[in-house]
Amino acid sequence: MNQTSQVMDKRPVSPTLHASLVHARLPRWAPAAIAAGSVAAGIGIGLAAGWHSRVQWGMLAALIFVVATFTITTKVEGSRQGKDRVATSVVWVCFILALVPLLSLAWVTISKGIKVIDGYFLSHSMSGLLDTDEGGGIYHALLGTLEQVGIATLIAAPIGLLTAVYLVEYGRGRLARTVTFFVDVMTGIPSIVAGLFILATWNLMLGFGPSGFAGALALSILMMPVVVRSTEEMLKLVPNELREASLALGVPKWRTILKVVLPTAIGGITTGVMLAVARITGETAPVLLLVFGTKLINPNPFEGAQSSLPLYVYEQYIVGTEASVDRAWGAALVLIAFVMILNLVARGIARWKAPSTGR
Amino acid sequence: MDIATQTTSPSPPSSGPETTLASKGSSHAGDRVFLALSRGSGITLLVIMAAIAAFLTYRTGLAVSKDEANFLTSSEWNPAGDPPVFGIAVLLFGTIVSSIIAMAIAVPVAIGIALFISHYAPRRLATPLAYIVDLLAAVPSIIFGLWGAVFLVPYLDGLNQWLDTYLGWTYIFDKTSDGVARNLFTVGILLAIMILPIVTNVTREVFLQSPKMHEEAALALGATRWEVMRMSVLPFGRSGIISASMLGLGRALGETMAVAVVLSPSFIISGRLLDPGGGTFAQNIAAKFNEADEFGRDALIASGLVLFVITLLVNGAARWIIGRRKEYSGANA
Amino acid sequence: MAKRIDISGLSAYYGNHKAIDDISMTVEPRSVTAFIGPSGCGKSTFLRTLNRMHEVTPGGRVEGKVLLDDENLYGKDVDPVAVRRTVGMVFQRPNPFPTMSIFDNVAAGLRLNHSYKKNKLAEVVEKSLRGANLWNEVKDRLNKPGSGLSGGQQQRLCIARAIAVEPQVLLMDEPCSALDPISTLAIEDLIGELKERFTIVIVTHNMQQAARVSDRTAFFNLAAIGQPGKLVEIDDTERIFSNPSVQATEDYISGRFG
Repeated sequence: MNQTSQVMDKRPVSPTLHASLVHARLPRWAPAAIAAGSVAAGIGIGLAAGWHSRVQWGMLAALIFVVATFTITTKVEGSRQGKDRVATSVVWVCFILALVPLLSLAWVTISKGIKVIDGYFLSHSMSGLLDTDEGGGIYHALLGTLEQVGIATLIAAPIGLLTAVYLVEYGRGRLARTVTFFVDVMTGIPSIVAGLFILATWNLMLGFGPSGFAGALALSILMMPVVVRSTEEMLKLVPNELREASLALGVPKWRTILKVVLPTAIGGITTGVMLAVARITGETAPVLLLVFGTKLINPNPFEGAQSSLPLYVYEQYIVGTEASVDRAWGAALVLIAFVMILNLVARGIARWKAPSTGR
Repeated sequence: MDIATQTTSPSPPSSGPETTLASKGSSHAGDRVFLALSRGSGITLLVIMAAIAAFLTYRTGLAVSKDEANFLTSSEWNPAGDPPVFGIAVLLFGTIVSSIIAMAIAVPVAIGIALFISHYAPRRLATPLAYIVDLLAAVPSIIFGLWGAVFLVPYLDGLNQWLDTYLGWTYIFDKTSDGVARNLFTVGILLAIMILPIVTNVTREVFLQSPKMHEEAALALGATRWEVMRMSVLPFGRSGIISASMLGLGRALGETMAVAVVLSPSFIISGRLLDPGGGTFAQNIAAKFNEADEFGRDALIASGLVLFVITLLVNGAARWIIGRRKEYSGANA
Repeated sequence: MAKRIDISGLSAYYGNHKAIDDISMTVEPRSVTAFIGPSGCGKSTFLRTLNRMHEVTPGGRVEGKVLLDDENLYGKDVDPVAVRRTVGMVFQRPNPFPTMSIFDNVAAGLRLNHSYKKNKLAEVVEKSLRGANLWNEVKDRLNKPGSGLSGGQQQRLCIARAIAVEPQVLLMDEPCSALDPISTLAIEDLIGELKERFTIVIVTHNMQQAARVSDRTAFFNLAAIGQPGKLVEIDDTERIFSNPSVQATEDYISGRFG
């Protein structure tokens, strides 16, 4: 305390310091106030100009917010602070702008879909109905999706997993580099191209008709690189000490991989596979080309056209009657719920099984 | 076998046959089988990729050899006609334009959201937010399409009118027909919304890895928060931003269903983005597939091959840019 | 240029955990003050409160006063950005910006206040690099990335970057702990030169280093793990190392704990 007062006495020695450390600052509530003002201005101008689209109101409000923040802050606090505040407000605006459509999507799907879904909708097909009729359900599509995705997983998961093991545990040299490169290339294949490929080989070349299996083949092509990538990541997280400890005990390499490496990474691998499944479940384009769609329940994925949830959504929307669009929303909600549950469970597993030895 | 037994002979005789070096023979076999299996899987992937390229090229050859129009420059699509004519000019134009619009909107916004989550948002908000964006990246594209067609299109009508009134002189925003907003501009916006989560996710991951010590270095020099971003976070994340953008671009180029549902297509190249019409590779395949005969399907496959090549080029470019950047980003620091 | 720092009643927190408790001391201008003490005693945390870097850590919070000559760094309306420009800092691990060249690294802080012409900028960069005893080693490769230098050179680059903006005070958080002995010697020599112009505060684990470079030494300690760190005593370095007034200091210095 004594020292402090001593220092206080010297106050006049450094008059310049005040200018450097303290400058006028906006009060803490300023950004909120500017935001409120901008929203009010956006609505006011929107109403005055008679714009009926609220998209414009929002964009105008956002614009006013950013510009007002910049001018006011630059005036009060200086240009560096002005830029800083503008960056902050732009970042906030980005976040809100992006949230609006995404929340709207979730809200619309849930509110429209929930009206349609009931036991009947889930347990009946479109058999005997015209597309324009009311009623009907998605049972055949649900069944088709489960079978197609199941088969695709049975094909893609082992190949993807083993490829990742090869890349991480054995892969040196040119073959491994080539595989890594083409896995990257494969990740970028548009789903419709995968569909076209199976169409060109399985259907046009080998002469098979549309079937759930053909769709599953295309889906497995889309799934493989995703599984390889995520498994690779997980295997790389397994500490090398574990491998060395096991090898030092005289355990052969393949048993080390099976008994030590894979079990350590199994949580992450499962998560990766489930996320890949979730991703291909929503794929429509290859299914459209290869599975073809039907109103009937066809439990045999190897013979004849099937349906699938995403395809059903598309078909019902295209019909365009009120009843069919309602059905599309219902199927969309089931589809999104299925994908989200897969995602949530997968992430739950990842958190629960997170290797404690990891970084 | 002999040599192996001899080597172990000094060890106490009590050691069972399993512990001799010779017993490794069987595990070597196990190793060989396992290696063969995993290497075989890798090779399977290569074979699939090669087959995709080969078959698509072969069918493309079948189609293009009978094409009476120039495949690259013609803006007609009538493979069932006599003579058959089809070309990809419209599709190429539509695909590129809609993807450019999508990128122009999505990438800056995604960087903003990623910065928000990684550096600006209070932590209590950031974690759930990151989680939500993760989940949104998993929403199937057909649902985006449905939402776009039913909800986004009417909402954008007003914006279209406004752009036409005030920016009509720019030609691209000149609206000459009264139809609803089922045009390339709307498709671009919808694609932007669709790729936003994935671009945000990748970018955010990179921003989160930005080294604390460089951020502190900037702070200690008296940088404002934005200057910290400019000096350390953004330069560090540049190659990540590029690869995220390319990932998003790849998705936008190949997106099928959302475009098929929203766009009202036509085989006309028009720079007037607000007029309905145009098309994209993927949308055209989905729309024309059902009515096409075998030759028509080959024609569609030909257009698919072009799409495939474009996505390959985009991915290759991304890899090249990232590789070139790596030297200077100083991973050792 | 250099300023006196008066700290009174300063406590710092991480969330609810109190890291340092009620510290008061004076740091003289144009001198080197060393902070020593066992790990976890809060000396680095304390250092970071002197340029308001502590509050950057999530949950970081400070109570008390830090007066720079006569102005409280934690006063109302004080801009932390301006504080950090006035009180420079050098970190434990050399942290040149990896995407910038050597020149741009030194110019980074100057450019923030963009009032520099091109040749003026080059002049200040050269002066700072000379001030950090680095100019002769890098003058031919100013456009090469800073991350290509050796660890010791990188640290001197960071010092050049810090002094380029002409701060009043220079804080150094164990600046030599990641360096080899020869680089350490170079930095210690540099510190001796820099104290002509700046008030220097250095945190160090190395007691010989404290004895070599500092004029005054502060000893910090903590009662037990999980307890907040406290200032035990601060005195002329010579006295601390020959005849400290507190028994704990002597125990620590003679290597009986810590």
